[in-house]
Amino acid sequence: MKITPADLEAIRGRMEPLLAPRSDHREDAGRGKRLDLLVCAGTGCVSNNSLKVKTALEKELEKHQLQDDIRVITTGCNGFCANGPIVVVKPDDIFYQLLTEEDVPHLVEEHFLKGRPVERLMYRLAENDAPIPRMREIPFFGKQQLIALANRGLVDPENIDEYIGLGGYRALAKALTGMTPEAVIQEIKASGLRGRGGAGFPTGRKWEFCRNAPGEEKYIICNADEGDPGAFMDRSIVESDPHALLEGMLIGARAIGARHGFIYIRGEYPLALERLTQAIEQAHDYGLLGEDILGTGFSFEITVSKGAGAFVCGEETSLIGSLEGKLPEPRVRPPFPAQSGYMGKPTNINNVETWANVPHIINRGAAWFSSIGTESSKGTKVFSLVGKVVNTGLVEVPMGISMREIVFDIGGGIPDGKKFKAVQTGGPSGGCIPESLLDTPVDYESLAQAGSIMGSGGMIVMDENNCMVEVARYFVSFTQEESCGKCSPCREGTWHMKNILTDITEGKGREGDLELLEKMGRLIKDTALCGLGNTAPNPVLTTIRYFREEYEAHIRDKRCPAGVCKALIRYLIDPEKCTGCQACFKNCPVNCIAGERKKVHVIDQSRCIKCGMCHSVCNFDAVRIE
Amino acid sequence: MARITIDGKSLEFGEELTVLEAARGLKIKIPTLCYNEYMTPYGGCRICLVEAAAGAAPDRRRLIAACSAPAEDGMVVVTDSQRVLEARRFIAELLLSRCPDSEAIRTMAREMGVEPGSQNLDAVGHYLLERAPERRETNCILCGLCVRVCQQIPQRFALSFKDRGIVRTVTPPFEKAAEACVGCGSCAYVCPTRTITVEEAG
Repeated sequence: MKITPADLEAIRGRMEPLLAPRSDHREDAGRGKRLDLLVCAGTGCVSNNSLKVKTALEKELEKHQLQDDIRVITTGCNGFCANGPIVVVKPDDIFYQLLTEEDVPHLVEEHFLKGRPVERLMYRLAENDAPIPRMREIPFFGKQQLIALANRGLVDPENIDEYIGLGGYRALAKALTGMTPEAVIQEIKASGLRGRGGAGFPTGRKWEFCRNAPGEEKYIICNADEGDPGAFMDRSIVESDPHALLEGMLIGARAIGARHGFIYIRGEYPLALERLTQAIEQAHDYGLLGEDILGTGFSFEITVSKGAGAFVCGEETSLIGSLEGKLPEPRVRPPFPAQSGYMGKPTNINNVETWANVPHIINRGAAWFSSIGTESSKGTKVFSLVGKVVNTGLVEVPMGISMREIVFDIGGGIPDGKKFKAVQTGGPSGGCIPESLLDTPVDYESLAQAGSIMGSGGMIVMDENNCMVEVARYFVSFTQEESCGKCSPCREGTWHMKNILTDITEGKGREGDLELLEKMGRLIKDTALCGLGNTAPNPVLTTIRYFREEYEAHIRDKRCPAGVCKALIRYLIDPEKCTGCQACFKNCPVNCIAGERKKVHVIDQSRCIKCGMCHSVCNFDAVRIE
Repeated sequence: MARITIDGKSLEFGEELTVLEAARGLKIKIPTLCYNEYMTPYGGCRICLVEAAAGAAPDRRRLIAACSAPAEDGMVVVTDSQRVLEARRFIAELLLSRCPDSEAIRTMAREMGVEPGSQNLDAVGHYLLERAPERRETNCILCGLCVRVCQQIPQRFALSFKDRGIVRTVTPPFEKAAEACVGCGSCAYVCPTRTITVEEAG
């Protein structure tokens, strides 16, 4: 069926009553009202058995003959991944977390038969606090502002009608029937949208370069090869709202004059790939992809291509090389892809989040979008907040919010009463930002000034138990392994940096090593071929800049203050605290702990392999790290 | 006509050319390793780095690989600034640390004042040449000339890169004698460190 703009409106009209419980916030619901149960089916919740919870819910509702009034809908990632599986009851906005199949009969009976929401399954700030029933009152959600993730947890990603019902493809109809390609580009330029993949290049200008490049045949590409450890923003958008990505690309294709697009998606994202493939099929069925879209004469096709696990493919020229069937290696720019990209033709490449912002800008206008954020960084940014933080998950916040608000207000601070130490932004080649800079506003320029990068939006929180030397060593090892090996400074230089850092963590550091690392890092940044090498030294340079004493303790005193670097620590048993329970004695894998029941135990340092087992099994805090 | 200025000397040009070609036209010497005029430029070894500013933004000076950067109208290039010389020395030190036995690399490094044991090594040079783990297993600097020549001249594709990062190597497919190889010797001919040799078989 090939639909027209009028058909789109008809589908919207038909879906409206069905979606009403989800799109408004009535609180009068209870027994007898129609409810939607939104079961999170993002990768995180699915791996915690959310689909089993869903089946159990359906079975139980049927048992009580509630299935006509209460619908169970699977949605994409809700964002609060730490607390999955999650079910949100709409329109009440009741948030249930950490659900198991066993919770379901009680939940259905109490909430849906008797009208008494189950407090035991609700979110609490701390164990003994009162439950917070409504999702929007949970601080994790409170400071977020959703644009790229507008439909997260609200829409069934496998049903195009739901997307259309919530206003989907309206921006496409507007761009195709009421705007010239130049006007679309003008709108994106005026919005101030900058690339969300890392470098932050103004999106509208990039489109314009490509549109104005000579040549009839042009391409657009979506970079969905999210390779940063701990980052899953793009996966989540594709899983929860694949049509938003397709709509953004369609609008971009029209503006640029491309007839063919590619989505280069990470091979390790099977669920995202499945939903994307399904979304493309559904869009085809409606004629929203293919020939003569919406009867306007505009035609566009999308090909999905799977990445094979090379981090460097996040770099645009490597990605294009990989699409062409070549080795994934960056090439020198200029020429930029806008001049000569896929198969030598003008090509525009943006990442998932950038594309997903586009329909909203066309719908609501550049003025609305540019009213959010800071002077130079407009709109919102999605971050994956992970590491030593209470509320791990996906957050979308207005640009300019402080790092402190993200880590402490949204993230809920550091677990187990530990002390905050640093937050690493921008993936493995980002920098580590210390406590003293926590009030730094999150925007492209401020992060660069602090020695870090926005990158694609990874945010890894570290506490007092993280050794910053070890952190730097880890990230440089990662970039070294992922360096494609084409240019000398990235291939050779990062390897030397890794060796020097390894020496320091093993107590073999020498006086002058910090100056050596700083100089080598600066040289690599200046001489490398692509963004990978230009940023790889960042974790080293920022940790030296902000945590110099910690490096010096390793080099001069042969001591690891955080108690992480094995060569520099000893495990000791405190005779005052040891009760002689034999837990460490029994668990030591090399049997190097001597001790009789009810007598103080002793570790034989010469045989200890520093595995830390005794430390983790001691219930009396008697094993200390020195 | 467009105009590029290199080390204060101007060159007018009508057709596309690279910064390296422009410099050679002005008789300005820029060292190269992964470059060969008969093949597409690669920009990998980074020994030909120069400092350049576009005409539109004279204050934004970047290091670019002369072999692959297109000359642009109004471009101002410097080939002998402190930044350039330091960058090239760094590249030479990295490559010499990788293959200390290569005569070609030793000679090139020496011309830049980079020599093991020399007094004028800075902290980075000292580390790379005197303290870093010793490596003598290959003289291959992964410049990719052999791979490119095989693809572009006899068009046999008998060589490719394998792996990435520090363990990257050049090899025929599956590390076996390549059926596609016709024994033309192009790869050995272009290798700047004489790492590939040709043997008579049968």
